[in-house]
Amino acid sequence: MGSIAKIIAQRLALGVLTLLIVSFVIFVSVNALPGDFAQAIMGQGATEEAVTAMRKDLGLDQPYFQRYFSWLGNIITGDLGISFAQMNFASNLGGDQLISVADQIYPRFINTMWLAGFAALIAVPLSLTIGVLAALYRNSMFDRIANIGALTSISSPEFFIAYILVLFLAVLNPVFLPVAEVTPGITLGERLYFLALPALTLTLVVTAHMMRMTRASIINLLASPYIEMARLKGVSPMRVIVKHALPNALAPIINVIALNLAYLITGVVVVEVVFTYPGIGQLFVDSVINRDIPVIQACVMIFASAYILLNLTADILTILSNPKLRHPK
Amino acid sequence: MTKLTRRGLMKTGVAASVVAATGLPAKAQQRGGTLRLGLAGANTSDSWDGRTHSDSYMIITAHGCVFDCLTEVAANGELVGELAESWEASADAKTWTFNLRQGVTFHNGKPFGADDVIESLQMHVAEGAKSAAKPIVASITEMKKMGDHQVQFTLAAGNADFPFLLSDYHILMYPAGMIDEAIASGIGTGLYKVESFDPGVRTVMSRVDSHYKDGKAGWFDSVEVVAINDASARMNALMTGQIDAANRVDFKTEALLKANPNVEIFEVTGNQHFTFPMLTNQAPYDDVNVRKALKYAVNRQEMVDKILQGHGKVGNDHPIGPANQYFAADLPQLEYDADKAKFYMQQAGLDSLNVQLSASDAAFSGAVDAAQLYQASAGSAGINIEVVQEPADGYWSNVWLKKPWCACYWSGRATEDWMFSTAYESGVPWNDTSWENARFQELLLMGRAELDSGKRRDIYTEMQMIMSEEGGTIVPMYANYVDANSTKLAHGEDIGNLWQMDSSRIIERWWFK
Repeated sequence: MGSIAKIIAQRLALGVLTLLIVSFVIFVSVNALPGDFAQAIMGQGATEEAVTAMRKDLGLDQPYFQRYFSWLGNIITGDLGISFAQMNFASNLGGDQLISVADQIYPRFINTMWLAGFAALIAVPLSLTIGVLAALYRNSMFDRIANIGALTSISSPEFFIAYILVLFLAVLNPVFLPVAEVTPGITLGERLYFLALPALTLTLVVTAHMMRMTRASIINLLASPYIEMARLKGVSPMRVIVKHALPNALAPIINVIALNLAYLITGVVVVEVVFTYPGIGQLFVDSVINRDIPVIQACVMIFASAYILLNLTADILTILSNPKLRHPK
Repeated sequence: MTKLTRRGLMKTGVAASVVAATGLPAKAQQRGGTLRLGLAGANTSDSWDGRTHSDSYMIITAHGCVFDCLTEVAANGELVGELAESWEASADAKTWTFNLRQGVTFHNGKPFGADDVIESLQMHVAEGAKSAAKPIVASITEMKKMGDHQVQFTLAAGNADFPFLLSDYHILMYPAGMIDEAIASGIGTGLYKVESFDPGVRTVMSRVDSHYKDGKAGWFDSVEVVAINDASARMNALMTGQIDAANRVDFKTEALLKANPNVEIFEVTGNQHFTFPMLTNQAPYDDVNVRKALKYAVNRQEMVDKILQGHGKVGNDHPIGPANQYFAADLPQLEYDADKAKFYMQQAGLDSLNVQLSASDAAFSGAVDAAQLYQASAGSAGINIEVVQEPADGYWSNVWLKKPWCACYWSGRATEDWMFSTAYESGVPWNDTSWENARFQELLLMGRAELDSGKRRDIYTEMQMIMSEEGGTIVPMYANYVDANSTKLAHGEDIGNLWQMDSSRIIERWWFK
């Protein structure tokens, strides 16, 4: 197992490097957008004098790279910094009751994880089941309908699926609510009720990928000699797939699941905006509009970490699921 | 509420006699219920600091709910006292004495008095403060505490509108000595106190037990204000009854809202207007004939119909709107007239005119389309307008006040003097037409110090006329405030038109049927 520990260490180191590159790219690209925080927040009131004063307060008059490296220095010590909006209050008030970026993101992060988790809880078992069933009854009516349905939903933009669901399940048939108003202290039942439509939207978006990969990798294996052997032994078709084919098909499926889980965390931006759900995605959009770089950077770091960690997990699981990789010569 | 009890009967009896005595509408207001508002214009950077307020979410929750000002513009446009009970001016309108309401307490129990007024005003001119109300407070040279409940202000120059200016939504009253704390947790003297505040997400407020507005306002027991910036989500929430009222109706879904029997739309024409300012110190706009030609080359009604989908009124090239006291409704209305436009071009000695009009939807929604309509109507008068589509980001810093002709919007001001002195007084930073006119400037100073209402009307009418005939800005339209509410809600006779949602006071003024 020593080799696995080595792989993990290697991958984590690479992950940190990736984060570094991502943070730099984001910093450069946000700065390349026209306008800055001072102009965005003041709108029509952005006279030259006021903009200069605000830039000075926020340190936006410092050279480009100096700002990046001071941010980097802070983040290494675990300090995500303070948002420009908060610093702007401070310069107005002279007070020091500042809310840090970490405090701002934490409740949002929990909300996003709830949504992603709930969506994953529906989507993963659903797509695996449909995938296995589609492989079992391949080319049947069921297989075709499942494929057409999945492809249709993955081909539509998320906001479109979201609005269709709102139209049919909230406006025309008031089963669910169009705005996901989660508040601290609501019960689990209420939370799941509010989350139903956003989670359903995300489920429809990610199911197709996982389900089709499950189906394809199983069908791929069905032509192998050992499956033929199992069939000749008289094993039932369901058992052939679940017991014999699925374990060997796990590696690609795990990879696809990991990719989609990462998408559930990072791809919620549009869904959160449509359902007015107070998660990271909404905060991210708000911050980009205001050019609030500390918050943008923190959100992007979270998104990038989610991708890196989930991919790492997928690789490790792939190794563990494959004896050949588990015991290399 | 239809169940007839002895107490209920007595209540209705009392209400009926009040109605008979005061001539109020026969709809009896009643206490109760939780109002749920869904508002656009929210941001995660919102706070209870009135100096930073600029969008509807915080204006409605702070100015219209949690905090009070010294004065208030009533729904019918009349100025009434809020935390001030009465005020009087010296003959030159330079010294103003305000008598404050007694027995008012902040939500934390601190009694309200003269010190709070002085400190709350001083925060706008504090060093480093970036307050939009700074010019108003900076015009006060001295604030004197005459007693626990009396304050005297001395102004640098006479200003008849001073009490009006104190109703501005930035100038909220905070408890002296604990302003930081009040801004952090929202401690005001308003009808509702803050239960929870999550910036850019949601605010929950509850009615204070007793308040000086009792019997006149504050009918809901509690209020939840949800931030819903997405227009479709806001309209859906209203249609499904998840919220009781929403601001900024999306015109695209207007027909659907109208078809829903549980929802009604309310709209008012206020002072909000869209403009095309030109720098009158730059050629060719320095020639009054060119400006006149451009005034006759725009089809205003077409813009109201196509850009505002009918939710507005044509403008007359001055910034004073129907919500202003001295709005000159009977000025000759500028109309599209290609022949007159050609005539003034000839006067300017031009055969044809080639100009660039910079526009972006950052100026107002539909600005680029409006510029294109302008291009089409001016084209048939021989004026070639090239529409330059500018990026929305940085529009106010890079285009407005810099490009010789561009698109812009103004939400208007409560008083004529304030509007003129914000954007048309000689030398002010926001003078977006570089407007310099000796007579206009003279009238502006005369009107400011004049206390006689009749004379002020004459002065402001003449100023509107000068701008309409010669001014450097094209005001093609006033845009209505279009909001929507559930039919479960009821409101008074008048709806305020200074801002969205009944001049941002829907929470105080409305009630459940």
